[in-house]
Amino acid sequence: MAKFFAITIIVIAILSAIPILRHTWVAPEDISTHGALIDEQMSETMAEAGISFLAAQFILAFFIWKFSNPRPDAKLKNFPGGAKGLVIAALLVVGIEVMALGIFGVKAWANVYLTPPSADAMPIQVQAGQFAFYFRYPGPDGKLGPIHPELINEGSQNYYGLDPEHDPDSRDDIVTAEMAIPVNKEIHLLMHSKDVGHSFYVRELRVQQDFVPGLDVSLHFTATKVGKYEIVCTQLCGLGHYNMKAYLSVMSQQDFDDWMKKEAAMQ
Amino acid sequence: MHDVAAHAAHHGPPTSFIRKHVFSLDHKVIGKQYYGLALVAALVGMALSWFMRIHLAWNSAAIPGLQLLSKNGAPGGVMTPEYYLQLMTMHGTIMVFFVLTTAPFAAFGNFFLPIQVGAEDMPFPHFNMMSFWVTFAGFVVLMASFFTGDGPTLGGWTQYAPLNAVGPVGGPGQGLGVVLWAASIALFCVGQLLGALNFIPTTLDLRVKGMSLMRLPLSAWGWFITSCMGLTAFAVLMPACILVILDHVAGTSFFVASNLVMNDQLLPHSGGSTLLWQHLFWFFGHPEVYIAIVPGIGIVSHILITNMRKPMLSQRVLIYSMGALAVLSYMVYGHHMFVSGMNPFSSLAFSFPTLVITIPSTIVVLVWTFSLYGSKLRINSASLFALGFISMFVSGGVSGFFLAQPSIDIMLHATYFVVGHFHLVMGVAAMFGIFGATYFWFPKMAGRMMNETLGKIHFWFSFAGAYCIFMPFHYLGMAGNVRRYSTFVDDFLQPLIPVHQFITVAALITGAAQLIFVYNLIHSRFWGKPAPDNPWEATSLEWSAATPPPWDNWGGKHPVVYHDPYQYGVQSSVGDYVMQASPEQVKTEHEEK
Repeated sequence: MAKFFAITIIVIAILSAIPILRHTWVAPEDISTHGALIDEQMSETMAEAGISFLAAQFILAFFIWKFSNPRPDAKLKNFPGGAKGLVIAALLVVGIEVMALGIFGVKAWANVYLTPPSADAMPIQVQAGQFAFYFRYPGPDGKLGPIHPELINEGSQNYYGLDPEHDPDSRDDIVTAEMAIPVNKEIHLLMHSKDVGHSFYVRELRVQQDFVPGLDVSLHFTATKVGKYEIVCTQLCGLGHYNMKAYLSVMSQQDFDDWMKKEAAMQ
Repeated sequence: MHDVAAHAAHHGPPTSFIRKHVFSLDHKVIGKQYYGLALVAALVGMALSWFMRIHLAWNSAAIPGLQLLSKNGAPGGVMTPEYYLQLMTMHGTIMVFFVLTTAPFAAFGNFFLPIQVGAEDMPFPHFNMMSFWVTFAGFVVLMASFFTGDGPTLGGWTQYAPLNAVGPVGGPGQGLGVVLWAASIALFCVGQLLGALNFIPTTLDLRVKGMSLMRLPLSAWGWFITSCMGLTAFAVLMPACILVILDHVAGTSFFVASNLVMNDQLLPHSGGSTLLWQHLFWFFGHPEVYIAIVPGIGIVSHILITNMRKPMLSQRVLIYSMGALAVLSYMVYGHHMFVSGMNPFSSLAFSFPTLVITIPSTIVVLVWTFSLYGSKLRINSASLFALGFISMFVSGGVSGFFLAQPSIDIMLHATYFVVGHFHLVMGVAAMFGIFGATYFWFPKMAGRMMNETLGKIHFWFSFAGAYCIFMPFHYLGMAGNVRRYSTFVDDFLQPLIPVHQFITVAALITGAAQLIFVYNLIHSRFWGKPAPDNPWEATSLEWSAATPPPWDNWGGKHPVVYHDPYQYGVQSSVGDYVMQASPEQVKTEHEEK
């Protein structure tokens, strides 16, 4: 029974590792300038976690195999070095390992969150509400008009509660249901929630950030590959949460300019 | 301290049925009541997970009978998206609170902590009785939300603001459902606080003569450390739940910010803070993970030592590690909030203690594993589950390396990777602790042995099944499969559906295997082989008590403790061990220095 158990542990450990080693299920290709560092951090962590996982399971299995149901005359023994050796090993090996991961990981995090967007980053506002995203571009004046929550009306498609009659800044704002951005251009995303908590997650962009009702937060990134990607909500926001998504179209500058003209004409 | 112990029981032997079996003051009956509650809750929680898994794998499948639970939530037995979220919320709440907290801590702790320290009972038996019945009331209130209004809340077990405070406009169950949820959890917190108020003085003040703190078994240390955590963690969650209720019924705005619009209407709230709830919740929520697992660490150590026939390499190191886990658990809670919108510098500040907590966890695993070296390991249902606990704790623990890092969390947050992580380390590992404890202590609790063959069959299904269910969760998360979706309509999730189907089949089989355990439990309770006083040849005080222990545990004769808790590998008149309460002097090779 004990030997069978030991073999089971080893088989499970190896089977668990195979999909990782074969890259059976992996994140889609990164299309951001900051994502490479995150992916690298992920790979390093996987190597260290994988080795720890396999080593711990194998040693456990080996000891179960070796020391279960011994002969009646077998003598008890203690592991040489005792607990002190293990504590030192944990402090030195695991302690240094995880601290190194933490310290190197700061750079990947800082790239996204601790650096300001460049001055010429393109501002786009995204508003999340049950259960849709709407995007707002500031138009030629470069300014977003103020939001008047009491004017928000989905029926009349005033998703942002804009008042162009009284607010000149709002007059050229362009509101869309799809997010289009030019490739290789830094985007400064201004995140606003209309109602409850939501999140903005684009796997390919290596971006995930919650919306905080009552507190606008921002994010900046640059997409490097033309294509169409899904934006999904990852913060439980109500019954339609599973279906709250939008599309991100990364376009060439020319296509983006054309798209913007078309959208402006439709406002 | 023995004088206190002698006078600890302020109640005489019960005479009426109600005092014996219902409103009992006896810690053992209360422990069994907690166990019964956890068992019922676990079965309900497991059934809910079955429904969810079937729906995730085969979206339009009708689940026979589900329409009886909710006509609107499951018309014709097919789950609606909102009902999926409602069942998911209830699954999480029931499992975390009413199973993982009640069974390892409140059930076994109540039954065995006083006996392991040599006391007759807890110091405040009335508080203890209240503790169970308030918890029970909390469970009833939670269950009531299935049958009232538009059903239970759909906000998840974390109940993030402001969805938890905006009222019915937030969706089905967000009115009365949330109020019942918050009331239930507030009651639960009261119950656990009353429990902690008993556990702490039991450990500190009711120890019999000779029972120094370092002579306490590791299981008692686990319960003691957990009760200290519970005292502070539940004391934060309870007022937070009351504030949620006030936002619903008293027009306050603790968690709802100004200028929020739902259904084109401006909400009548202003000035609240969304992130405040997350801080309050996770200040409780992360210690809660350790409230669920530290009793398991103590119990598994206790079971392993008995079956290794030798003490751990160091009792002290294990105790300090459990203490370190408890202290650090309060300093790491922000790792749940890396992408929440809190200050990004805070994320780094919370990241490092999270990485540091790996160290005491690693020490615990290393001490367990390397203590097996040179042991005489006995394989039985209890030791199998204890060894399985180590394997699960490692598997769930290593995924913590990823989630402790804010940069990686950007990718993995709110995906199935997180679900896999906490199910293995907090759910399955803690459940293995509960199962191990049941097979180990059932003879003392019920006076009868459990069926070992059924126990082993139960183990094999549970061990292989848990891996088949929860390892693939990690792969899904790495591919970006987000959690809390009732249906995977998104194009990018379609290729992952076969993985979900595999998980569902594994969950149905593994879940069904748990019925073997229930059968074994009930059958053994009435028809099991009568248990001797010390079937495992163990040393701690519970095995010196009669089987099952009388109402005052000791029949009026208090034990005196002569030895460290785990004197195995010695030559005594009874075998390779000497019991703590035995005055026999033996040559001990393993005394803790």
